[in-house]
Amino acid sequence: MTIQVLSPGMFTTVQDLGRPGYGLVGVSRSGAADAIALRLGNRLVGNPENAAALEMTLLGGTYKFPDGATVAITGAECGLPMWQSLGVNAGDTLKIGGMQVGARCYLCISGGIDVPLFAGSASTHVLSGLGGFEGRALRKGDLLKVGRGGTFLNRSVRPEVLSRFDPRKTLRVTAGPQAELFTADALDNFYAKAYRVSDDANRMGLRLTGARIEAPFGGQMITEGVSLGAIQIPTSGDPIILFVDQQTTGGYPKIANVITVDLPSIGQLRPRDEVRFELVDAALAQVLVREQEAFLMSGEILS
Amino acid sequence: MACLQASPNYQFRYGSDQSLLIDFGTTTGKVAQVAQWLGKQRISGVVNLHPAYSSILIVFDPCITSHSALESLLQVIGEVAVTAPRLVTIPVHYDGPDLPDVAQWHAVSEQQIIDWHAAPTYEVSFLGFVPGFAYLTGLPLQLSTPRLEIPRKSVPGGSVGIAGNQTGVYPFATPGGWRLLGRTPMTMFSPDRDPMSLLEPGDLVRFLPL
Repeated sequence: MTIQVLSPGMFTTVQDLGRPGYGLVGVSRSGAADAIALRLGNRLVGNPENAAALEMTLLGGTYKFPDGATVAITGAECGLPMWQSLGVNAGDTLKIGGMQVGARCYLCISGGIDVPLFAGSASTHVLSGLGGFEGRALRKGDLLKVGRGGTFLNRSVRPEVLSRFDPRKTLRVTAGPQAELFTADALDNFYAKAYRVSDDANRMGLRLTGARIEAPFGGQMITEGVSLGAIQIPTSGDPIILFVDQQTTGGYPKIANVITVDLPSIGQLRPRDEVRFELVDAALAQVLVREQEAFLMSGEILS
Repeated sequence: MACLQASPNYQFRYGSDQSLLIDFGTTTGKVAQVAQWLGKQRISGVVNLHPAYSSILIVFDPCITSHSALESLLQVIGEVAVTAPRLVTIPVHYDGPDLPDVAQWHAVSEQQIIDWHAAPTYEVSFLGFVPGFAYLTGLPLQLSTPRLEIPRKSVPGGSVGIAGNQTGVYPFATPGGWRLLGRTPMTMFSPDRDPMSLLEPGDLVRFLPL
């Protein structure tokens, strides 16, 4: 089975849930920017949650299915029926347009996209040109292989599940490892003000504009390991959220870190979106992850 | 085998709700060796390690473990036994595009730059930036050179560069601001090889002029 890329949208890559575990040799985790959308999409088509799918950014693209397929589209609203399994007939073309709200949608295909694995994952890491389909974003004319899929089952995600996972514009954060070195004014500003996502926003990181934050050490410190969702304050004072294709280390002080359950919301932020930060305790954040994972295991997800 | 002396002074800090930072406070070669040791321990719930000059970030699954559980498990790192490091020799053609500028900046001959760069035994502090990019410490003080003011959009894979008091080898073509002294024919990183990376934290490295 294959899929033909007739038009690749703005920036479309193959992603699964990423490759944690290779930080010792400098390999980014990568993986879906909105992992919840990928996991639910894969379930809709009968795949393991970790199967490789297409992650599309702002503009979907056009894909031809010479052999037909069972697919699901999840994530950002893109004008097509979403969060349900769809049967695509042999020879049909799926055209996914611009996203109105949110930044990324996922095209999950029964059987998953079949690409060679790098460090156990099909995810594309564009900076190093490794993983995914030839280590790059898709181009017109690419031919993607698809694994053997199951039979079509009519499935959809329950509405109450969708409302629970609605992307947040107020991101909850824990204090960053250098938080106590910022002045009280800097911290007050950071939590009181709204920030705007700049055009400099991609899978490596999102630069924000708004109230500038005065960084300790003039925004420079000895390089240390950085977490997914870390919010760095460089010399310029404009916060940067480190995201899924982040480098494993960085040399800017970190004021805060987005909590695990709010990471998928970062993947749905568009340039010019407004975002705010709310400080929570790490213990609470961990309770939220455990609750979320128990909920996803509950069998109350699809109908 | 040797016993770690430098590590009792570490402290723990939270990285995020799913990460714990061990901060050793000072730059010590032992950090890389503790990171290697941690990588072999298969501690339940630990999903990733990001070592750096004086710290190690431990990423964990908050459904399986917690900051406090890891902190108590990791009390033993003060007594980690470390093995003698490997020595890796990297052959280099010293014909990089920035060699003349670097020689001029230091007001010495190009040969002097090569001699300085190839003299020491370096240590891999950690890998980062891109897969297989090793940050090497041990650059001679007299070779310390500021990075390019305008980074190159693409540095060829295999390029050997210096910046500040660091040196390293670009594994693939990537953007980069280090000054390029030469290139190596060695493959620094390959997803099809085991291990994928030629260099690992704690390795010793010598450059051999070709």
